[in-house]
Amino acid sequence: MTSTTRVEREPSVRAVGSSFPRVDAVAKIDGSADYVGDLEFAGMLHGKVLRSDIGHGRIREIDTETAERMPGVVAILTGKDLGDIDPYFGHAIRDRPIVAIDTVRFVGEPVAAVAAETEAQAEAALLAISVEYTDLPIVANLDSALASDAALVHDGPIRPGFAHGLGSLPERDGNVCYRYGFDRGDIDDAASQADIIIEEDYEFPAVYQFSMETHAVIAHHDGGEINMWANCQHPFLVRAEIAALFGFPVDRVRIVVPFLGGGFGSKSYTKMEPIAVALSRKAGRAVRIVNRVDESMVTTRRHNMKCRMRTMATSEGKLLGRKVELWLDTGAYADNGPRVTATAADAAAGPYRWPSVDVQAHCVYTNTGPAGSYRAFGATHLQWIGESQIDEVARQANIDRLEFRRRNLLRPGEEVRPGGRPLDADLIGDVEKAAAAIGWGRERIANRGLGFSVGLLAAGAHPVSTAAVRMDADGGVIVLVGSTEMGQGTRTVMAQIAAEVLVMDPAGVTVHGTDTRFTPYDRSTGASRSTTVAGRAVELAAREVLDSLLETAASFFGGIDPDELEASNGQIWYRDESAGYAELIAERFGFVGGELRGHGEVKPHNGGGSYAEGPVFWEVCIAGAEIEVDRDTGIVRVLQTSSVADVGRAINPQLIERQDEGGALQGIGNALFEEMIHTEDGVLLNDTLLDYRIPTTDDLPEKMTCIIVENEDGPGPFGAKGCGEGVLAALPAAIVNALADAGVPMAELPLTPERVWRQIQKIEQRELERRP
Amino acid sequence: MVRMDTVINGTRFDREVEPNVLLFDFLRDELGLTGTNRSCDVQVCGSCTVLVDGLPVSSCTFLAYEADGSVVETIEGIRDSDFYKRAESAFVSHAAVQCGFCTPGFVMTLKSIVEDGGGADEAQLRRSLSGNLCRCTGYRSILDAAAEIVGEQ
Ligand code: FES
Ligand code: FES
Repeated sequence: MTSTTRVEREPSVRAVGSSFPRVDAVAKIDGSADYVGDLEFAGMLHGKVLRSDIGHGRIREIDTETAERMPGVVAILTGKDLGDIDPYFGHAIRDRPIVAIDTVRFVGEPVAAVAAETEAQAEAALLAISVEYTDLPIVANLDSALASDAALVHDGPIRPGFAHGLGSLPERDGNVCYRYGFDRGDIDDAASQADIIIEEDYEFPAVYQFSMETHAVIAHHDGGEINMWANCQHPFLVRAEIAALFGFPVDRVRIVVPFLGGGFGSKSYTKMEPIAVALSRKAGRAVRIVNRVDESMVTTRRHNMKCRMRTMATSEGKLLGRKVELWLDTGAYADNGPRVTATAADAAAGPYRWPSVDVQAHCVYTNTGPAGSYRAFGATHLQWIGESQIDEVARQANIDRLEFRRRNLLRPGEEVRPGGRPLDADLIGDVEKAAAAIGWGRERIANRGLGFSVGLLAAGAHPVSTAAVRMDADGGVIVLVGSTEMGQGTRTVMAQIAAEVLVMDPAGVTVHGTDTRFTPYDRSTGASRSTTVAGRAVELAAREVLDSLLETAASFFGGIDPDELEASNGQIWYRDESAGYAELIAERFGFVGGELRGHGEVKPHNGGGSYAEGPVFWEVCIAGAEIEVDRDTGIVRVLQTSSVADVGRAINPQLIERQDEGGALQGIGNALFEEMIHTEDGVLLNDTLLDYRIPTTDDLPEKMTCIIVENEDGPGPFGAKGCGEGVLAALPAAIVNALADAGVPMAELPLTPERVWRQIQKIEQRELERRP
Repeated sequence: MVRMDTVINGTRFDREVEPNVLLFDFLRDELGLTGTNRSCDVQVCGSCTVLVDGLPVSSCTFLAYEADGSVVETIEGIRDSDFYKRAESAFVSHAAVQCGFCTPGFVMTLKSIVEDGGGADEAQLRRSLSGNLCRCTGYRSILDAAAEIVGEQ
């Protein structure tokens, strides 16, 4: 007991709930943070991809001879090089070849790739490769792909991917690669009783996620091992897929993930990794591929969609039923389309009590670039539609739209989806806050409208995460956790969670990026799951370290009961005596070194982890907006927004607000002007930032309010649950509803001036005709 | 090959370069200055912003030899300046950085605003920064940090 310190005991400083500054801020501000494109290795080659310039065709011949002789060229990859492996990948449907084999299915599909000493040499060689095609009929949009005599984008049977998590996949039906639906109650009965029937066809555009950093990967296949540095959100899933593709055991595939320059879903699942590995395999050296923006736009995008929805209610506003059919355009390869389709279907009914509901969703192949995940997918697709119909029901029943929600929204504990997790949030309380923030109930102002929207997003994906916490001999802590830092602040939050458990300053905790060789398994970074699921694993791992400290302290203080000990500010206290963590580790090992180690593991309770039992939590999607419309030009301006981050417990309030602000601006872009435009031949017309506009400082509303709600009702550490996606589903819907409130209901996004102006003309024309 | 006699971050480089080499590639490939990032390639996003004789330029569309006779500054070259210290602390305290890909570009543009006399109000800041895109933050926090940096002079 000689080395105990006697000091005045200070109150414990808690890490959770404080806006601790981001641990990675300085490196990102001063430019020292490394992204994949910043990394270079001795002997590394540069890869460039030759992409198809037609939308659908058979490859007759690829002539690489001239290109092979060009200066600096080391290897040229084509489909012919893949005869020794099963070269198809896709976590949902295994439909995508590493490079085109015999057939190309979209403009931009990789046909060949060159590895050369410099980027310029690789680019020059691309120009010297000639490809001859036989054209096949192109189905570049939903209408042509769903026509009865449509050409097929794929003709083989569906091969399930290794991680689709959707039960048994149905057979392909024409170009429909996946179907998901459910019905309950009697929808025909609802129709016969209804006084109010709202029915409409809707169109929702493809958009590009546009993380500022494009897809980038460095791969080295040396025959015995595959090493990669990749900007992927889900390194462990990519590792498994690469291992399967190239016939390696998982432990001989390694992925290192530096900082990501944004993700938003665009870097989820496997993207450019297979082609980089295959090219490296052929070249026998490391190869780096960094996409241009136009290449990343044909690597992934959001699904465009057509939807027909009918909502039925009595004249008093009692909801009777909802029938929804939707078709999502997943492009030439499924990517995450089946999951997006299922999530969209789950969002279709909205969080209301329905006597009957019938939802049928279809995921459709077309000859366009593959569509995958984008922040709040599924919910963004459906919430603006469902909520505009709810507003219309309220209007026709003459009930205030907020009051209508009070009467009809689900309450905590009620069933959202048969067999799934019941509602775990106070939606009515949340929506009242969002509406109050935009001045609900105030007097009407000409050409202005108020709107809000409410929805739920099945969040958390599969709850499988592990983490390790190591405390070094000096008391410093390293957290090993596989969640990817892509801007959201996960490294900061993980440091705070570990520091909270260990009752120490988060500045003493270090969190690095993933290296699959050392970092414990984490399923993925997406679906707002990191804080909730991976964060729980970190919490459990930190508790094990704390337990070791307490155990050592108990003997240190003379064999007392550990329950009498308390951790505070990096010390273990026994009455008025304390010992620092470093001291205790020295005591435990009787040496100047050693370390304490904790392991944390999160898995579904029943071990099954199927999607149907989920979700891990329901992410609340609630926002409000005030807009102004110029009736002469059709220009819509968003004057103010509100959003609710129903987070259970705010680990870092400032980071939550920042997530919501970023999501809100994406929502404004999505609602007002973002849209990828394809020709009938499947050519993407606006494939640069000159033509594809994203929000700038000019688009920022005057006022944005983010309301953080903490009911400690989440399944994550300290009652937390994830956030950051909901606003992207909720705000476009709130904007659509606000515009309808100003007299211009819309059934097609984005709300471009031309579209809005045409709608205004149509409405005015109709009113003229109605006058006697 | 053309001559490029340029002071970059305080060091003089007298080189022969291919006439089609971009300043962006020269900075990264020849000098290893990877703090400047590339996104759009078409002079829209501003993530590649560096200062040439104090003015912000998009290095993705600026030929290296065009900097002949000029002074070029990148994020790496200003880290020790008082301006940078102020900018860093404002960006940290407002949490105006998320993925960080756009951040050095914003800092460089802000430096030129400050050197131009600063004193910009919110409307002017919005205008001056509208050539820098950020997909993560939604700009609010960046504008708040910018107001602090510009106002603090
Ligand atoms: S990369 Fe230069 S402005 Fe976008
Ligand atoms: S912080 Fe990610 S683009 Fe600005």
